[in-house]
Amino acid sequence: MLQKVNKMLLMVIGAIVLYVLLKIMITIGVINPYWQRVLFYSLIVIVGALGLGIIYGFTGQFSLGHAAFVGLGAYSAGYFSKTFGQYGVLSFIGALLVGMVFAGLMGFLIGVPVLRLKSDYLGIATLGFGFIVKVALDNADKLIPDLGGARGMMGTPQLASLEWLFFIALIVIILTRNFIFSTYGRACTSVREDETAADMVGVNTFKTKLMAFIFGCTLAGLGGGLYAHTYPYICPGDFYFLQSFDYLIVVVLGGLGSMTGTVVTAIGWAFLLEGLRFVLGPQFVDFRGVIYALILIITILVRRQGIFGGKEFGFLVPQVRRGKPDVALRG
Amino acid sequence: MLEVKDLSVFFGNIRALHGISFDVKEGEIVTLIGANGAGKTTTLRTISALNRPTGGEILFRGEPITGMKPHKIVSMGISHVPEGRKIIGNLTVMENLMMGAYTRTDRAEIQTSLEEVFQRFPRLKERSRQLAGTLSGGEQQMLAIGRALMAKPVLLLLDEPSMGLSPILVEEIFNIITTINQQGTTVLLVEQNAYMALQIASRAYVLESGRIVLSGDSRELQANEGVRAAYLGESA
Repeated sequence: MLQKVNKMLLMVIGAIVLYVLLKIMITIGVINPYWQRVLFYSLIVIVGALGLGIIYGFTGQFSLGHAAFVGLGAYSAGYFSKTFGQYGVLSFIGALLVGMVFAGLMGFLIGVPVLRLKSDYLGIATLGFGFIVKVALDNADKLIPDLGGARGMMGTPQLASLEWLFFIALIVIILTRNFIFSTYGRACTSVREDETAADMVGVNTFKTKLMAFIFGCTLAGLGGGLYAHTYPYICPGDFYFLQSFDYLIVVVLGGLGSMTGTVVTAIGWAFLLEGLRFVLGPQFVDFRGVIYALILIITILVRRQGIFGGKEFGFLVPQVRRGKPDVALRG
Repeated sequence: MLEVKDLSVFFGNIRALHGISFDVKEGEIVTLIGANGAGKTTTLRTISALNRPTGGEILFRGEPITGMKPHKIVSMGISHVPEGRKIIGNLTVMENLMMGAYTRTDRAEIQTSLEEVFQRFPRLKERSRQLAGTLSGGEQQMLAIGRALMAKPVLLLLDEPSMGLSPILVEEIFNIITTINQQGTTVLLVEQNAYMALQIASRAYVLESGRIVLSGDSRELQANEGVRAAYLGESA
């Protein structure tokens, strides 16, 4: 027990040290505003990608509409902030909650009918949902002019600072870790591995899938809320199915069923995306697409299980994984 | 304890079970024997609600359980050790065992069950931190039985526990099944290895193409000419 507490404490201390380092580097200008943006983006991708990691990586439910949930979160949180923005931090927190609840609720409404489908069919259904959201957002200004429709929404308050993004990402990582190593998390893994086996030990497989889907969509909504408060301009194109593939690529490259993989790849992804801009120069910047498609193909060819292949950094792994019962931890 | 009445199951147009009836009384080991495709696994899967019956009724302790969801059946006290074990390969042995206790909330007693399982299968304790997929066939079978026991079942459904195991291991597994039964768990055993099954069961039913063709005391069946010829490998 003591060992467990220590590990958690070490992780939090490590995170705080990392935060201080980043803060200093930003203040003295080692990280210029441009790379700071990239860093912010990578933290947002972590939150969204962990959501998909739970849905696809851990529960095995193939979703091609993840960016749509990010978009729903971004728009609902952004709209809330624009309307109640005068309350500063309080309205920011409110906006994030609105984004999470809205995306989670939509996840529930979509999940109930589509989670009865398996793999490819589920992918097609969620892809369809992504299109619906895109079209709905494109035409949203006809109902609520402030949403801007296809022209995009401007003027969301830029409240997401390094502190917010960093510590929200940290909290999400800790929450996700606790979830996947809980009884419910193991239920998710058994649903992914073998639904019949999960049935046989008494797991309500449909409820488990739905719970994981709602959790994942809620994180997508949180990512969206952060996105809307990091960038002054959001448009429906930011949350189209191509962005859903970005999340999918992060989760698959990192390794299905590896939280560590998702986090590391999310950071790597955001920085690679921007880094290649400099490497390739303005003339060849569009070749970035070729390069990460190649990275994906090569990874699938030589290391199908992804970079981390279901493994985690040791400090994230709790006792039960190491052969000690977690009876005391249940609940 | 378990009463199956006139149970019929269809797979599309194919009729897998033609209205079979049998019962298992408290404290018994009852076995269903029969060749490939006789409907043994289908019967167990229908009891566990993994297959839907088209007709008939299943009563557990007098209560109808037909049409219930699989997870409900488990929490009522019926655990199923499936054909091919179906352990979760990417979870550790310990995690698999904890999954077995998924429907339970009595924390202190889960610990006791865990110790009991480890006492019964010391090998599992040694390998508790290993990924279940890396276990040998026999160990996986032990894990599958151990996982089922973690649910603290009153009725244990065992589907071909001898499959793919060496004769010595089969002997060991059957001894364990006998002990589990002696300690109070009722057992419904499906086996192709009719010889072993008849040795430990008190009663047996012989299944042929979805029909029960013969039933009775295991000893009587062991002596039955037809059974000896068809299932015990002796020429009539």
